[in-house]
Amino acid sequence: MRRNGAFALVFNGIFALFMVAPLVVVIGVAFTPEGYLEFPPSGLSFRWFQAILDNPDFIEAAWISLELGVVSATLATAFAVPAALAIGRGRFAGREGMQALFLSPLTVPTVVLGIAFLRFLSLFDINGTFVGLVLCHAIIITPFILRLVLASVAGLDRSLEKAAISLGASDWTVFRRVTLPLILPGVVGGWVLAFITSFDELTVTVFIVNPSTTTLPVRLFSHITQTTDPLVASISTVVILFTVLLMVVLDRLYGLDRLLMGEGAR
Amino acid sequence: MSVFSSSAARPWLLSGPALALFASLLVTPIVMTVLLSFREFSFYGGISDTLGLSNYIEILGDGYFYEIFLRTFLIALGTTVLCVLLGVPEAYFIHRMGPLWRSMMLLVVLGPLLISVVVRTLGWAILLGNKGVINDLLTRMELIERPLKMMYTSGGIVLALTHVMIPFMILAVWASLQRQDPDSERAAESLGAGPVTVFLRVVLPQCVPGILSGSLIVFSLSASAFATPAILGGRRVKVVSTTVYDEFLNTLNWPLGAAIAVLLLVSIMTIMVAWTRLVERRHGEALQ
Repeated sequence: MRRNGAFALVFNGIFALFMVAPLVVVIGVAFTPEGYLEFPPSGLSFRWFQAILDNPDFIEAAWISLELGVVSATLATAFAVPAALAIGRGRFAGREGMQALFLSPLTVPTVVLGIAFLRFLSLFDINGTFVGLVLCHAIIITPFILRLVLASVAGLDRSLEKAAISLGASDWTVFRRVTLPLILPGVVGGWVLAFITSFDELTVTVFIVNPSTTTLPVRLFSHITQTTDPLVASISTVVILFTVLLMVVLDRLYGLDRLLMGEGAR
Repeated sequence: MSVFSSSAARPWLLSGPALALFASLLVTPIVMTVLLSFREFSFYGGISDTLGLSNYIEILGDGYFYEIFLRTFLIALGTTVLCVLLGVPEAYFIHRMGPLWRSMMLLVVLGPLLISVVVRTLGWAILLGNKGVINDLLTRMELIERPLKMMYTSGGIVLALTHVMIPFMILAVWASLQRQDPDSERAAESLGAGPVTVFLRVVLPQCVPGILSGSLIVFSLSASAFATPAILGGRRVKVVSTTVYDEFLNTLNWPLGAAIAVLLLVSIMTIMVAWTRLVERRHGEALQ
């Protein structure tokens, strides 16, 4: 294979600029000392980061998003790991259908999911509650965990489990002492990916929150649709930094390359 | 092995909790939404108990909704075309890089996938505004006199959606590039083909499956995208998902909103099935 030529390098440079430009301007605008959006900023000021502290609405929303992400990712992991074990190693009728069902939240338009959840939750009068949010988020993020755990299960050496069984280990012990440690990178990687997905989710959530359970993306969204000021840029900058931090964690735990590649492989 | 572990019921027991969650909180609500779309709504009486086609008749008989559906699918199509035009060469160039550059570029290209769509769209709002970064730059370079209108236009939405969706296209094309035999390129080169010929005649045909599956993902996600058209289009450039949002949370005509959403779901599903059939037939032939 020949090396990339001049055209390729120029194209690649412009493309990289296209990909990072929106993030760079958000971060740049966040540091402006002025009261309006300007880029490049005329000075370097932390004024708008301090302003976050004066907006308890956003801080409260951030806490709700964090709690929601942790609880729903944990719940979805608890459901998805046994399901992935069943699908990944079983040869039973209905296996393909089961997998399609668990992956379906990826294909159904999110706006359809949003109104379906809204309709359902409001019938039981739990629309806008934290419990309702957790259950709906658990469904949306299950596919992400399932895919990573399925990939780990596929690479599992079953003779290790058979050895444990032959030595008299119970089902639970085999799972806890042999299977789980072997698929742990997939489980933890899936959990983090699910957390990020829940933490950023807007389209479904916007239908099923009420003012007391508003998440950070919903709060940001409704603020941006009314006005774009440097405050949303500074909050977004914090979100970007937080996500980059989680990406580093994901890279250490699972390998970012492998994780991102997996998104396209299926 | 215990009797329990070898029983045929085991997979169903293992996936039981997840199945219960999905049956009660995914399948049931979607069925209920489809039913809701056949009910009628009046401003004073609320949602009726009777079933009928009135919402569908209203949508299909109203040019306003035609325009919204047409705009939505044109935006999705435009985004898909841009993703192919930019994503395919980019995937190929990344594929040919050394390991270090490749890792870095993959991070630049795919990393944004994990960053909030609201945040990325805010970036585009700052770039595209009348007093935004792009207009500011062009004015200062004296290339334009009056600012270009990019906010609240379909073109602006297509540009931002391309940024959001292009990682999926690059991943899909990347996957088919990885399956290619590098010798086929070397063979073409040794026979005197230039880089453009190698790309068009050798690499591109082998990428077709990846392009087709990537296009399907990009198209269906763009047609149902919400955050980007809502922020960059506002009330002025409405698409299907923002219309559904308005019917549910502003007008409060849930049955009409549900009918619009069901039409979106059905049209996307139809396109996906037709596309997959077409690809299987074409590609099946091409492989033999």
